[in-house]
Amino acid sequence: MNSARILFSKPWIWSFAATVIVWVVTVLFTGGASSLGLSQAALTFAAFSVIVGIGQMFVITLGPGNIDLSVPATMTLSGTLALKLMDVQDSMIVVGLLVSILLGFAIGIGNYVLIKLLRIPPIIATLSMSFIIQSTAIWTNRGLRIKPPEVLANFTTSSLFGIPNIAIVALILSGIAWVLLEKTIYGRWISAIGQSTFAARMTGIPVDGTRLVTYILCAILASICGYLLASFSGGAALNMGSEYLLMSIAVVVIGGTAVAGGNSNIPGIWGASLFMFLVVSMLNTYGFGAGFRLILTGIIIIAVILVAGGRRANR
Amino acid sequence: MPGVCRTTNDVSRMNDVTARPEVVAARGIKVTFGAVKALDGADLVIHAGECVGLVGHNGAGKSTIVNVINGGLTPHAGDISYGGNVGQHGISAARANGVRCVFQELSLCPNLIVNENARIMHAELAGWNWRAKALALVERQLREIFPGHGIDCDSTVDDLSIAERQMVEIAISFAGLHDRPKLVILDEPTSSLDAGLAAQLMAYIRRFVGEGGSVLLISHILGEILSTSDRIVVMKDGRVVADRPASEFSTRTLVEAMGNVVREKEWLRSSDKRGGTAALSMPARRGHGLPFEAHRGEMIGLAGLGGHGQTEMLLDLYLSRNGNWWPARKGEIAFVAGDRSLNGTFPLWSILNNLSIASLGNLSSRSIVDQGRETSLGDGWKKRIEIRTPDMENRILSLSGGNQQKVLFARALATTAGIVLMDDPMRGVDVGTKQEVYEILRSEAANGRTFIWYSTEMDEIRLCDRVYVFREGSIVAELVGNEITEQNVLAASFSGGEAA
Repeated sequence: MNSARILFSKPWIWSFAATVIVWVVTVLFTGGASSLGLSQAALTFAAFSVIVGIGQMFVITLGPGNIDLSVPATMTLSGTLALKLMDVQDSMIVVGLLVSILLGFAIGIGNYVLIKLLRIPPIIATLSMSFIIQSTAIWTNRGLRIKPPEVLANFTTSSLFGIPNIAIVALILSGIAWVLLEKTIYGRWISAIGQSTFAARMTGIPVDGTRLVTYILCAILASICGYLLASFSGGAALNMGSEYLLMSIAVVVIGGTAVAGGNSNIPGIWGASLFMFLVVSMLNTYGFGAGFRLILTGIIIIAVILVAGGRRANR
Repeated sequence: MPGVCRTTNDVSRMNDVTARPEVVAARGIKVTFGAVKALDGADLVIHAGECVGLVGHNGAGKSTIVNVINGGLTPHAGDISYGGNVGQHGISAARANGVRCVFQELSLCPNLIVNENARIMHAELAGWNWRAKALALVERQLREIFPGHGIDCDSTVDDLSIAERQMVEIAISFAGLHDRPKLVILDEPTSSLDAGLAAQLMAYIRRFVGEGGSVLLISHILGEILSTSDRIVVMKDGRVVADRPASEFSTRTLVEAMGNVVREKEWLRSSDKRGGTAALSMPARRGHGLPFEAHRGEMIGLAGLGGHGQTEMLLDLYLSRNGNWWPARKGEIAFVAGDRSLNGTFPLWSILNNLSIASLGNLSSRSIVDQGRETSLGDGWKKRIEIRTPDMENRILSLSGGNQQKVLFARALATTAGIVLMDDPMRGVDVGTKQEVYEILRSEAANGRTFIWYSTEMDEIRLCDRVYVFREGSIVAELVGNEITEQNVLAASFSGGEAA
């Protein structure tokens, strides 16, 4: 096996290559002064995208039509509820996390109940669920901005040996997800379902059970992410999840996971998350406005899908 | 094959034919896929007004040479000419020279209506009223080939059974608005058709050839090759090993030319295994007909005309014993798909992953798959069922159709399931492999496994201990032991309730 073939067989290499290029360009522009700060910021913000991205990746792996659009609302509600419950008390940190996870669990079940019992396509089911969740968040929050407990706030904003704690958490979660995907029966099952649901059913895979677990997993990861993000940014805001709708899907696609399902890729999510953050900060450094940044983000996603699609067709 | 008249003087007809103009000539064709030599200097010449039978093992290169002739593949060496003209190649060149192809993997668009599919093949169906023209064209052709077919040409292809799809595709290929096709390539055209429809098709091929058209017929059913072709070409390992008039072959010599020794062992039916409680049972379907029952170690055939509820019954049997929400604790039932791309293969995966997916429970501890055990399971089955691949890590789609089917067999047999359901699984599998698989099935049945086998081939139905004959969705007859004959099965499939 020659090196070119290895390169082509590992689609996540591309997102990392792009990341390195953007990083170098940005650092060059600032004369090398910002390299450490930029790297740390990139790791921190990429970590949030990674956590939601992994959940979204599991769902997208289930095959065409499967997507969870309730991710941003779940993040918002989870952050809002957890901070309100913890009420700045350090002793409540674990309770807050557990409530977040429980919330994710409930939302996951709710999503799949809509999809299965009411036979609504996932894209509409999770969107309507998202409306309910977001309204609940507005109702509970009432414009109050509650600070996170101090220990938690310190934890989310500090680093260990120069690596942000948030990034370490995301790395551990990615490790678990990788084992789940590559080594366990569950991972085989979701990949099988993504390739052919009928064939999966006819090999004895409990298709509905597996899909339910996957939607729950996605919602729990979004909840955890919301909990961490609210603590990191010093309080929950009602729009804190909004940019993660596109982000969670974009990192999955750019990272080399097949949009049509059946094939997923965890290292790629890291590359893509870092890349997305660095592109934004590069455009910031060059002084482009928010509007232009968003346009470029959209173009990048389309370009990646185009290139990735072309590669697959050539095989 | 009934309904086909053989002229008495094949040899003189043969001599006639060679004098006629060439429709397609492929000479010295070489095609390689990576390290695999799919074609190694193969010659195939087809003249106007002849039916050429093409036989060979799975992976002998039949489908590859078809793809070279229809322009889908560019050969790495060798010449191809259409009507004597060299130098043009490609799908449009082949089509312009009147070459049409019915593929083994059906190639209609499932979301389109029948007449819309006809439009894809026939660009000349243009103008404001093309739908009506297309409908008339398809219906006329269907009536001509399959009189009394009963296909609703206004339905989407999705709603048609696999046999009906095949009929539609054949009809579309033979149809022509202005000019008829010169050469129609039929790759396993009868694999999903029952005996009656197959006979209608073979009779039509003779008429078509009689009117000056040419047909390249690929089939594993040697009877129809022998009765329908003027000339038979035998391929092996990417080369043509025999090319003689059909009259010089018999089933035995044909099988020998393909490199198999004919095994004329009669399947010894085991003694009646009924008695005690049934391993699997189901009440009469749709409220009429006979109930279904299977006992341990039995080989049960589901017969009758294609698409009369056999597959539905297999699916019901399977799904009723497999939870959709919770994994079954002990897999007691396994399924071998016949329509591979519908409910068989996982196209992105390797051969090994495709094989092991149904037995992951036994290959893992604490939900973690033991890759060492998985590999050894794969290697064991690769040897036992002779999957032709250098590496089990290769993608499943790198295998030929018959070898993919072997993987699906291995998938089901590798489980601990006591009951195996088979949905016409021998489609496109060559004679040699069939014999090997029959052998394995027999030894597995002797070990107490129950097989429930839907087949459209009478030879396979005859191997069963007991046969249920289906008609219009329910079981109309039960045949045991020596009652299982082609005559009885046909009688029951056409007459309904009173037989047996």
